[in-house]
Amino acid sequence: MNVEVDVKTLVIDEQEVSARAGQTILEVARENDISIPTLCHLDGLSDVGACRLCLVEIKGSNKLAPACVTNVQEGMEVSTDTDRLRKHRRVILELLFAERNHICSVCVSNGHCELQTLAQEQGLTHVRLPYRNPNLPVDASHERFTADHNRCILCTRCVRVCAEIEGAHVWDVMGRGIDSMIITDLHEDWGASSCTRCGKCVQVCPTGALFDKSKIGSDHPKYPDFLPYLNLMREAR
Amino acid sequence: MSKLKLATVWLDGCSGCHMSFLDMDERLLELAEIVDVVYSPIVDAKEYPDEVDIALVEGAVSSEDDEKKIRKIRAHTKTLVAMGDCAITGNVPSMRNPIGPEAILNRAYIENASAQPQIPSVVVPKLLRTVRPIQEYVKVDAYLPGCPPSADTFHTALIALINGGPLDVSALTRFGA
Ligand code: SF4
Ligand code: SF4
Ligand code: SF4
Ligand code: FES
Repeated sequence: MNVEVDVKTLVIDEQEVSARAGQTILEVARENDISIPTLCHLDGLSDVGACRLCLVEIKGSNKLAPACVTNVQEGMEVSTDTDRLRKHRRVILELLFAERNHICSVCVSNGHCELQTLAQEQGLTHVRLPYRNPNLPVDASHERFTADHNRCILCTRCVRVCAEIEGAHVWDVMGRGIDSMIITDLHEDWGASSCTRCGKCVQVCPTGALFDKSKIGSDHPKYPDFLPYLNLMREAR
Repeated sequence: MSKLKLATVWLDGCSGCHMSFLDMDERLLELAEIVDVVYSPIVDAKEYPDEVDIALVEGAVSSEDDEKKIRKIRAHTKTLVAMGDCAITGNVPSMRNPIGPEAILNRAYIENASAQPQIPSVVVPKLLRTVRPIQEYVKVDAYLPGCPPSADTFHTALIALINGGPLDVSALTRFGA
């Protein structure tokens, strides 16, 4: 058998790296310890390019490209940390904070939240946009979990983990634009839905939007790292 | 060199930021060598002075009185520092924004009152429709997020502001810290 690996060489942040054809810029960057901020990407799930935090610059193109859904090409020159990118990332984070109600001090995810951590890493000390403060529901109908729409950033990790890994496809997105909401089944209460109570969505949710009722205060770290492992074990079967 | 004039202000917040400020403990003595506290809930001055070098403002803008105060503070202050999450994000006070002031006042003074239910209308300032962070009203020169920012954060930030040195706020604190 002749196994030929199609190898690409490219440059990321002035560092020469090699990659396999079909890999994304994000994968290759991380393999080489170059960090690119992400929110909707999660190892073990499909990529949707929803949050735009992973935007990078590619030489010769004026358009910014989301690293999680852009495949590497031979000779590419990628920059991951320029003034322009930092400016865009900051605005994206500000939009996320202004869109719903993020009251970190009383949030179950305070201290364990990917949005909060990213804001700190990107040097965000305040939001320049006016907060919208929408009136949003909290679904506490489930026996074990709560969905607090005030904290949801619509990353769709819950939708993907439930459909792709658990195979239940309980979550989905309803509505458009600023009115978008995640829903369970056909917009029924989570407690009355076809949920198997596996808890995967809670573990992959990057914010305090989905949480375990048994957690109080801000003592709610999440453990999404089971995913790549689970996928590996399934492939081996 | 004459001492710098420092003010601390309490708008719509829980006073936790001031408590944390006082947690600087013996470092307050060291600060007292270089600054005069000219206005604060913890000193006696009733009127905001004409010229203040640094003002630390705790709390969001929630009432007509808060709005008047923050504009006056801005007009008479060189360096205005938003202290804590309420000043910067609205934080817990802003949780009334999706509900509106009428429903909140009704709940507090009518529905839950056991005697003489009535909404106070004299002496207390009128609530604004929504609680806003101070940067939506005035220019802010520095932000110290946290609920509350720690005493160490206060100390490091104040020394940097007083000496005009570099200040990396995100290395010290964050929202909700
Ligand atoms: S979800 Fe994260 S950013 Fe939002 S309030 Fe909770 S801790 Fe803060
Ligand atoms: S807990 Fe329910 S909704 Fe969440 S992933 Fe499992 S089956 Fe889906
Ligand atoms: S509930 Fe959590 S995982 Fe689902 S879209 Fe919202 S933030 Fe993402
Ligand atoms: S991580 Fe790439 S778009 Fe969200």
